Amino acid sequence: MLGRIAIILGAFVLGALAQGSGLLGAIYQYRGDVLYLTPQHLALAAISGGLAIVVGVPLGVAVSRRSFRRVANIVTRIVNLGTTIPTLAILALAMTVLGLGAPTAIFGLFVLTLLPILLNTVAGIRSVPPHLIEAARGMGMTPLQILREVELPNAAYVIMAGIRTALVINIGTVPLAFLIGGGGLGELIFTGIDLMEPGMLLAGAIATAALAIAVDALVANAQFWLIPRGVNPLR
Amino acid sequence: MIRLERLTKAFDAITAVDAVDMEVPEGEVCVFLGPSGCGKTTTMKMINRLIRPSSGRIFVDGRDTETVDEVTLRRSIGYVIQQIGLFPNKTVEENICVVPNLLGWDRRRARSRAAELLEMVNLEPAIFLKRYPKELSGGQQQRVGVARALASDPPVLLMDEPFGAIDPINREVIQDEFIRLQAELKKTIVFVSHDIDEAVKMANRIAIFRAGRLIQYDTPNNILAHPIDSFVADFVGSDRTLKRLRLLRVADAMMADPPRVRAEDSLETAAALMEEHGHVSVVMVGPRGRARGVVQIETARGGRGAVAEHHEKLPGVIGPDDDLRKAVSLMFTHDVTWLACVDADGFYKGYITQRAITHLLGATYRDA
Repeated sequence: MLGRIAIILGAFVLGALAQGSGLLGAIYQYRGDVLYLTPQHLALAAISGGLAIVVGVPLGVAVSRRSFRRVANIVTRIVNLGTTIPTLAILALAMTVLGLGAPTAIFGLFVLTLLPILLNTVAGIRSVPPHLIEAARGMGMTPLQILREVELPNAAYVIMAGIRTALVINIGTVPLAFLIGGGGLGELIFTGIDLMEPGMLLAGAIATAALAIAVDALVANAQFWLIPRGVNPLR
Repeated sequence: MIRLERLTKAFDAITAVDAVDMEVPEGEVCVFLGPSGCGKTTTMKMINRLIRPSSGRIFVDGRDTETVDEVTLRRSIGYVIQQIGLFPNKTVEENICVVPNLLGWDRRRARSRAAELLEMVNLEPAIFLKRYPKELSGGQQQRVGVARALASDPPVLLMDEPFGAIDPINREVIQDEFIRLQAELKKTIVFVSHDIDEAVKMANRIAIFRAGRLIQYDTPNNILAHPIDSFVADFVGSDRTLKRLRLLRVADAMMADPPRVRAEDSLETAAALMEEHGHVSVVMVGPRGRARGVVQIETARGGRGAVAEHHEKLPGVIGPDDDLRKAVSLMFTHDVTWLACVDADGFYKGYITQRAITHLLGATYRDA
């Protein structure tokens, strides 16, 4: 209770300070840019994140098949390596091949987002207890039925957790797209830095943070409601 | 019903199952028994082809399983494992309906079957159908596991240490329930266990495995009475004759139509009756033959009056359908050498003595 009061008070004081220094007004003045750039920002995140899900989950499923066990390690190592390269470097490398613009940004973000999704899919499916698979086989389920009715539902929570992490990182990284002409809220942030205009910088940064929080909450809700009660640790 | 012919499984250099020949008759429970790594589980898993045999043949219901598609084969055989393996993402109802759904049953039929099965395993359908496995206790989960295996009413059931992970008290209860269920359903069951007591309790026949070979295949009583070699003798334990007590009924050792006195009889009559039969006590019965008490010979001899005034309480009674283990236990509890046998309605049916029990247990050795 005391903590909550302190937080509200703190927020109030910060708000008052910002208002007093004219910062709030400075930020507010960029509302038109924020409204224009946010859809761009979201589109970049949605396309690259969507692609990463569409590629990452099936790839994770494929990699976790027993017959692929050898290939699995190689694939995860390559993807792992991909993430150790700084995002900026990936963007720069991609730029030399794909040129400037949104497609390059989407590619870079896709590579960045792929790993958590892939790894969590593999980890989720591997964490399904072997006796469940044995029971399913013993009852006469085909491998596809086992995947659909046993492995995926029981791995769903972990897979969703991977998607959640990946999407939040993705939204937070989209501003870099501006550097290669990809658009998004990065435009406000980097221009704000260059022009030493804190209002502009903050308008972009606050909007980006708000988007990340919103996406996190959205996926968390999906995780809560979509995953069956029997395998949902939240319910 | 299930016939194995020269069934062999070799993993690289190790022969896990070595030329096993056996037949499980229809409607019987056959327990595969042996220490871990003896090949019992491998043998069982070859029946539904979870493990492919290296050589040899398996016939289920007269059909060579090699000629049946393995998915079809498994759907026609109930399967229960030690870890239970209920799908946590499915409700109890959905879990039970797995095989009916695979077989393409009508949804309503599958659901009513699920409710019927839950009742069969003593779980209230209204409470349990919509629950998830994590909301059940271990014993309840395994009851659902058994119900799931019975869902499509398969003639054959494979059970891999099904009650091994349940605590001892619940295990006894669930075993008893299962025995009752089996008496009704008469499935052909292969049951893997490493527990000799469980095997003796559940089995019509026990198959003892060692290092991939079938060492002895016989009824529990014969295995306990005549272990084929020192390995089997050690495995079933030095108290194996005591274990046979569970297999024999009181009625087998009971002296039927025993002498008795009525409450209104005089002590002289009682004493005379005891002397005639060479007994040291006699049971007093009520007007319609229910056991009421006992009169000792010391009391009767030289005493006066009716039996009713001098009888003592019976020190525990036993039913003719109880097993001898319970009878012996009662005798030890009350420090007596005989017990009155009384049926479910309280009528005096006979008596059983320690001598008669040892005689019955020894009979198998005298005839040999």
